[in-house]
Amino acid sequence: MNQRASNLLDEALGLVDEGTNPWTLSGRVLLIEDCVETSAAFLLHHLLKRALSTLSSNVVVFLALSQPFSHYDRVLRKLGCNLAAQKENKRLLFLDMLTSEFPDGGESGLVALYGKIEKVVSALIEENKKSITIIIDDLSLLEVAANGASNHVLDFLHYCHTLTSVFGCTLVALNHEDIYSSMEKPALILHLEYLADILMKTEPLATGLATDVHGQLTVLNKETWDGQGRSRNRIFNFHFRIKENGVEYFSPGSRA
Amino acid sequence: MAESICRALRDGALEGEHAPALTIRDSLASPFGFDVFTHVLTQLSSNILAGKSQSGGLVLVAFTRSPSFYMRLLKMRGIDVASSRKWIQILDCYTDPLGWKDRLVDSGNITSLSKEASTGESSCKNIKDMAKLFTSIIELGKGLVGQGKVRFCVAIDTVDEILRHASISSVSRLISNLRSNDQVSSIFWLLHSDLHEDRVAAVLGYMSSIVASIERLNQSANGQICNSENLSLLERNYWNGKLHVRFKRRNGRVRVMQEEFHVEQSVISFTTLSPGDELINRSLMPKVQFSLQLSEKEQNDRAKVVLPFEHQGNGKPIKIYDGRRSLEDSQDEATSVSTGALETVDNSSKGEIIYLRDSDDERPDSDEDPDDDLDI
Repeated sequence: MNQRASNLLDEALGLVDEGTNPWTLSGRVLLIEDCVETSAAFLLHHLLKRALSTLSSNVVVFLALSQPFSHYDRVLRKLGCNLAAQKENKRLLFLDMLTSEFPDGGESGLVALYGKIEKVVSALIEENKKSITIIIDDLSLLEVAANGASNHVLDFLHYCHTLTSVFGCTLVALNHEDIYSSMEKPALILHLEYLADILMKTEPLATGLATDVHGQLTVLNKETWDGQGRSRNRIFNFHFRIKENGVEYFSPGSRA
Repeated sequence: MAESICRALRDGALEGEHAPALTIRDSLASPFGFDVFTHVLTQLSSNILAGKSQSGGLVLVAFTRSPSFYMRLLKMRGIDVASSRKWIQILDCYTDPLGWKDRLVDSGNITSLSKEASTGESSCKNIKDMAKLFTSIIELGKGLVGQGKVRFCVAIDTVDEILRHASISSVSRLISNLRSNDQVSSIFWLLHSDLHEDRVAAVLGYMSSIVASIERLNQSANGQICNSENLSLLERNYWNGKLHVRFKRRNGRVRVMQEEFHVEQSVISFTTLSPGDELINRSLMPKVQFSLQLSEKEQNDRAKVVLPFEHQGNGKPIKIYDGRRSLEDSQDEATSVSTGALETVDNSSKGEIIYLRDSDDERPDSDEDPDDDLDI
């Protein structure tokens, strides 16, 4: 992967030095929004890889509603990350929820799911694992599993949010913005946008389809203080191109 | 103007009157309502500690942040939290608002609950029960100030969470009961207006003596697609905005004010709008691309324009042709009148149009009728 290209995204997220600095996203909520024209799955893959490649005490709890484990394993191998090995080393806890269904309006199922996550997180904290990242792929399917009960899904996310404040977990969630485009006030997506500390949105280019540029990515980082009194750029916009073994990020107009 | 808001809450309620109530409302276009909320919270806390406030204590109902977050925030802003038990109580509606954790412990699914630093807070495990919520708030307040005449103020960090679980009428009842309680000095809350129907914001607005709305500085930037060209403009507009405040007086009069704010490193600061900006903001002129206002020179020039038919006061009689020809004039132009044709005067210096009526009996058109105030 082009080290320089990945820095644009890492810089926007505050993850500048790979592997040497502590995971700086502890206690923060990241919301990824995409649409049919520009899938943001590559962002999940990137964050998964970064979370596992930093300090060895980092653990990822992955709620998979969209794809089976084999899919992520295949994709991450091309990015240079062996998910099967990480799973064996208990650095990756993969919760396969492909066929999950929550009867009775979804509340009891979501309560049980939260309970499972909290149990895992509490146990990891007791083992001195400082950085735990919870990744949800994706929220629209969680809503489906809960029979459309978006209120219960919001309650579940609220409880997951308490894990970020109490245990310093990082919460990453992917949602498809265009699913809610016909709704006047889509509660789930609006609530999430208020909840998120970092909002990442992929969109097609204003000029339409292009061979060399697959879309544009906007990152709104609501945290402005980097702990040393300096305020960083807070809104980032750059283009991306998805390749076979990675993603290239570049400033608009800089593509040769 | 943010200071005016804080002053109103600090001064509290008059005897026999409902407590002043503040709604802070924002939207995703300018989502800095929480920053305004924490600013007001900090100012009120400072006034309580300094003994300058009517209220002797503060009950904070926390839905979106943990109690320890607020303790850290107040400490970072110079508020003495060591003595917090004497002046602040936090009703924790954040950690377990629906009792899920209790259910999991009961069912044996989790063995230990998260331990929050307990600094003067108690927990609410069912935010759907408005009556229980009201009782909890009052009990916490009385625990701070006692049963006597000393009052306490109430801060709700968001009403959105309770609106997700309860109807607007039950939430209104809660707020109304709090406002009318003899020991409540003032109350304020945050509302994200785009999460609810317009009527919800309207209902809460009617119940408020002050409504502070957070708006973007540049309204035309709403919905603008972010790209490299407008990135710096979007960034500048995002962290700056307007605080639009409506004060409702007891006599019914409404006072509207505006102030600019800037958020830097999660701290909000306010600046007064310049007089020019304030005049423009108060104007009801729509914001369009062409100028609808006159400069002073333009106003003077307009005053000098002589309007037709206006009394000039110069003693000269002004004769206006009303379409009727005198007998002499009609005899001189007998040949052209019979045809009723338009005739132009053969005069190389100017042209004119002479309208000849078909009949002298024809009444003049209504717009040719002379007006009393004109020189006709």
